[in-house]
Amino acid sequence: MKIHEYQGKEILREFGVPTPRGVACFSVEEAVAAAQKLGGKVWVVKAQIHAGGRGKGGGVKVAKSLDEVRQFAGQILGMHLVTHQTGPEGQVVSRLLIEEGAQIVKEFYVGMVVDRASQRVALLASSEGGMEIEEVAKHSPEKIRTVRIDPATGLTDAEAAQVARAIGIPDVANAEAVKVLQGLYRAFVEKDAMLAEINPLIITADNRVVALDAKFNFDSNALYRRPEIVAYRDLDEEDPAEIEASKFELSYIQLDGDIGCLVNGAGLAMATMDIIKLYGGSPANFLDVGGGANKEKVTEAFKLMLKNPHLRAILVNIFGGIMKCDVIAEGVVAAAREVHLSVPLVVRLEGTNVELGKKILAESGLPIISGNDMADAAQKVVAAAKG
Amino acid sequence: MSILINKNTKVITQGMTGKVGQFHTFHCKNYANGANCFVAGVNPKKAGEDFEGIPVYASVLDAKKATGATVSVIYVPPSGAAAAIDEAVAADLDLVICITEGIPVHDMLKTRYKMQGKRTLLIGPNCPGLITPDEIKIGIMPGHIHKKGRIGVVSRSGTLTYEAVGQLSALGYGQSSCVGIGGDPINGMKHIDVMRLFNDDPETDAVIMVGEIGGSDEEECARWIKDNMKKPVVGFIAGVTAPEGKRMGHAGAIISGGQGGANEKLAVMEECGIHITRNPAAMGRTMQTVLKG
Repeated sequence: MKIHEYQGKEILREFGVPTPRGVACFSVEEAVAAAQKLGGKVWVVKAQIHAGGRGKGGGVKVAKSLDEVRQFAGQILGMHLVTHQTGPEGQVVSRLLIEEGAQIVKEFYVGMVVDRASQRVALLASSEGGMEIEEVAKHSPEKIRTVRIDPATGLTDAEAAQVARAIGIPDVANAEAVKVLQGLYRAFVEKDAMLAEINPLIITADNRVVALDAKFNFDSNALYRRPEIVAYRDLDEEDPAEIEASKFELSYIQLDGDIGCLVNGAGLAMATMDIIKLYGGSPANFLDVGGGANKEKVTEAFKLMLKNPHLRAILVNIFGGIMKCDVIAEGVVAAAREVHLSVPLVVRLEGTNVELGKKILAESGLPIISGNDMADAAQKVVAAAKG
Repeated sequence: MSILINKNTKVITQGMTGKVGQFHTFHCKNYANGANCFVAGVNPKKAGEDFEGIPVYASVLDAKKATGATVSVIYVPPSGAAAAIDEAVAADLDLVICITEGIPVHDMLKTRYKMQGKRTLLIGPNCPGLITPDEIKIGIMPGHIHKKGRIGVVSRSGTLTYEAVGQLSALGYGQSSCVGIGGDPINGMKHIDVMRLFNDDPETDAVIMVGEIGGSDEEECARWIKDNMKKPVVGFIAGVTAPEGKRMGHAGAIISGGQGGANEKLAVMEECGIHITRNPAAMGRTMQTVLKG
């Protein structure tokens, strides 16, 4: 689960990481009042959306007067901010962060991730602040320092100090940098984060170390014990279809093709998308109904797929293990009737109670195309979508 | 022979008395020699009771002492599942299979750290379990699609494993053992660990390896196969069409060297002599072609 920059900065401050003073605002009036309250002569007006690349898209502006704060806040609030992470339609900005200006001497990158290979939390740090870490990794990987952190000791003083020196943080600011890195590590572990990035981390003219940005992604499996993180959730930032799906414990991701897929199990769901592509079609979605699908879940899954205006055919691919094919078949028949299905439907059933399931489909009187195996079903649905 | 488990394995079920645990324990007990294999359940609040005639003990250690069991399977809900693994490791079992889906990643990081230097092997979490056909089934896979034979199967996915097994059985090829290692980022045995066992098992002739996008375990296994494997391997990777960055952030792939895409994995596997197929419906047929040479 992702959160906004201003929320991430609240977490960082809680763990002793300095950030510029700032106020989250929802209107131009609030923005101007916030700037007045913060004082000073320079403010930064920052669009709050979950996607990265906000600056390049025109969502971050430096204001040198209250009039400029008013002007920029007016421009940014309500805009469709397009970045490389939002897709071409962009994301509507409904929140701003008004911050005091900072005097930047040098920028750095620091981040934390869960490293699968070492099964540790890893600290990534680089002298190339402000750049995307993916780009640095591609073009100058030698500029990235990595520390795989021992959970028994945490990030030690020595490790943190060494990394800070290695990326070029001046010695006069080393002790502060150590506190920042250790604070970031504690926030990462204690809040069940999967990703945490400060980009850029800056050195100011008076040698302070300050987090100018904050990006967090949290483990959705741990949200049950992190109500304070759940409170940060902003549904406006999430795909409405995916929110709807999650209510019914369906895992759904919309894609840009025209063949809807309803599958049990994530691996088989991906493989179903792959085989559609292999036979010349294009999947409209990833949809895993999970192990405990029933009539209600299958109906909701059909409704979700049918909301997609590009949909031209549906493939149901079920390998019943725990899930019985007859239960799925009943669900498919009921769903097809309830939603008045208008696109061709191909169903492939295999596994537990398969014969019973096939019989239910055949006797339903619905124009369901039966797939004998995965390849046959994929070829039939691709043909149906083209026809 | 088989790998990891056989008809003589004695199993403790952690979380046996819950709804999910009861359902699967019933089916496991009724598969092949299951009635002799599933000897104990664990629930501190229900010690002394039984389920389907299987006695419940207060702890894994009590269950081990009373029955001589060496393996446990876990159906405990996500919030307590990592602690259940810890308990099985502390009891010095040979093997723990964790079926539970949805364990917080930071819990698994701590559990894997505690397992360092211990002899207990872990399969999963978030996996279907493992089966040696006609002998023993530990987990949630449908037993009836399997057939005893000489092909090993190792996979990160549940239903895609069934797909591979179903194709093999339909072509008349039985399986020596089938191992679902699970889809979580932080887990126990990897492809390479299971592949080593299949390589040393005299009753396994060939292996199907099913992977998916993310991480670099398949590549690591492929390189090991190139240098060490004496038996043919057929491989498939799910997720060629999966959109980038939807499941894991890019930063996760950076420290593993920018790997993780399906095409990259397939390229490495092919280079290492694995018989790859890009068609998930052709895993069985590919194996047939390889074996008939």
